[in-house]
Amino acid sequence: MEGNMLANFDSIREQNMIALKEVKEKGAKVVGFYCTYGPQELAVAAGAICVGLCGTKEDPIPAAEQDLPRNLCPLIKSSYGFAVSDTCPFFHFSDLVIGETTCDGKKKMFELMAKIKPTYVMQLPQTQEGEASLALMYAEMKKVKEEMEKHLGVTITDEAIGEAIALLNEERRTLKEFFDLNQAKPAVITGMDLLKVSWQLGFHANRKERTVLLRRLIDDLKAKAAEGYHVGDESTPRILLTGTPTGLGSEKVIRLVEECGGLVVSIENCTGYKTLNQYIDENDPRDKLLLLAERYLKIPCSVMTPNTGRLELLERMIKEFQVDGVIDLTWQACHTYNIESTTVGQLVKDKLGLPFLHLETDYSQSDVETLRVRINAFLEMIQE
Amino acid sequence: MTVALAVGIDVGSTATKIVFKKDQGDIHCHIRPTGWSPREAAQAGIRALLEETGYSESQIKATVATGYGRIALSFADRTVTEITCHGRGAAFLVPGADLVIDIGGQDSKVLKINNQGKVLDFLMNDKCAAGTGRFLQVMAAALGLDVSELADLSAGQEPVKISSMCTVFSETEVIGLLAQGVAKGAIVAGLHQSIARRMAAMVGRLGKPETKAVFTGGVALNLGVQRSLEQLLGIPVVTHQYSQAAGAIGAALIAQKMI
Ligand code: SF4
Ligand code: SF4
Repeated sequence: MEGNMLANFDSIREQNMIALKEVKEKGAKVVGFYCTYGPQELAVAAGAICVGLCGTKEDPIPAAEQDLPRNLCPLIKSSYGFAVSDTCPFFHFSDLVIGETTCDGKKKMFELMAKIKPTYVMQLPQTQEGEASLALMYAEMKKVKEEMEKHLGVTITDEAIGEAIALLNEERRTLKEFFDLNQAKPAVITGMDLLKVSWQLGFHANRKERTVLLRRLIDDLKAKAAEGYHVGDESTPRILLTGTPTGLGSEKVIRLVEECGGLVVSIENCTGYKTLNQYIDENDPRDKLLLLAERYLKIPCSVMTPNTGRLELLERMIKEFQVDGVIDLTWQACHTYNIESTTVGQLVKDKLGLPFLHLETDYSQSDVETLRVRINAFLEMIQE
Repeated sequence: MTVALAVGIDVGSTATKIVFKKDQGDIHCHIRPTGWSPREAAQAGIRALLEETGYSESQIKATVATGYGRIALSFADRTVTEITCHGRGAAFLVPGADLVIDIGGQDSKVLKINNQGKVLDFLMNDKCAAGTGRFLQVMAAALGLDVSELADLSAGQEPVKISSMCTVFSETEVIGLLAQGVAKGAIVAGLHQSIARRMAAMVGRLGKPETKAVFTGGVALNLGVQRSLEQLLGIPVVTHQYSQAAGAIGAALIAQKMI
């Protein structure tokens, strides 16, 4: 995308670091989240600022490896490393951290993190099905609300939750609209820019401003597209990226695809499209915490079993984004995504007849050349 | 009319393979050690092949480079990955094959191909030397043998089980077996089988091959590994006198299309 269109997004993280320090000094509260299962609506309703803490950089991993095993998912090590070395200002400013019992690595890591920072670990069910799962999710929403009230010194009203629901619905709808611009062929946004926008946005302290910025970008892009602007051309291989989360710092696969002449037209992971079409009905008169529980239980992540929602989402995205091939990225030692890759591969190859590539890697740059060969060969499979 | 030549060059970690392909008919193939300079190995190979065939440099109309050293060959018209090239080359050497098993000096790969040699799916192992040409070299040295002697020595032998696949551990294991007085032939047969088992597991991940497999790369020269693969996969595993040059042949075929 032309530089000036994205200028507003380049430095959101940096700018908000400073803004955060200022508002913290004036008494603002900050809640840190690691995963899309964390109900940000409750933090917004508490008047707190939400920050994403999921580690996407390699730098703090050595610090983490003093306490954690080496053969652990780099996302967990990076997240913990930032915390233990106190090198992430967003973690530093957080008054409370919300963790979840997603995978084994993460839930045990949070035990260590709780020694550094007030941490509440939500108990997640293992399956999306059944009354018991919903009951647990609902009970946990209550607990998260109580914990936030306790640590932030506020009362969270139903009315405030209702407003937060509307606000986040709007934000997700707008982000989905942004992603959906790439259903056009040729596409209008590179994968690197998709990532940059969605990742940077998560650091914006002013929640309403997020949607305003995005709206402006969407309007600009639509106007440009109407004048014939696009990225790649009709024959550029359109790749859908799925699998484990990606952010700036852990974007190497997206970067390689685009360096090798392909285009990541959409990203189905939880830092991308995965959670963008689960809205809460703002007019539903039932208990707001129950509405939240229902919504969050629907997230199609591999930590749930079974996880058929991901397959349905992928199948829909493959059609809507006119995808030529699917790359499934697994961070090393992530068992849930690694195993689920077999099922995803069967869907893509056997049912939909499209090329499929599973890549297992970490945050280091040591395997860039071997990844490049695989990705290059994969794009050749599509083109030749 | 003068003959137009398409050139394919595969710069592997150990050997550089150069292939000339004419509009019709035969291919000419030259193999030499890569040494420290991929570029020089490739250029020397082209010169040698020109001399051998009597063609002149001006007859070279397109050059495609592949293999790990392909980026160093700035004189090539195009670079294509070894995966795509191997698929094309293997289908050319053994028409009708639906699987390629390639074991090179430092990596190994399996490809599912269609009858035009188009790659449908692939898996690659380049993380460690286990089960590659390098592995066999280290083991041969531990046994006081040359790699070229391995196949004959293992013929008809009951393989002893080698449990480790790691180059370092296997070496210790092999030395231990020797000390126990196990026959070299049985050990070599065991090594062949362990390589074949590893490759068969990779093939299994791609789904069952139906017709026949082409065995390429330097290790394809070893009949012992080939026999083990056939037993494990239950389909014919075919080698060809030009097996080692399959990647370069594929590159030459792609180059030919550019003329
Ligand atoms: S992949 Fe699943 S567990 Fe991991 S951060 Fe995303 S939603 Fe949470
Ligand atoms: S990528 Fe996998 S292992 Fe890593 S935190 Fe997410 S679910 Fe856990």
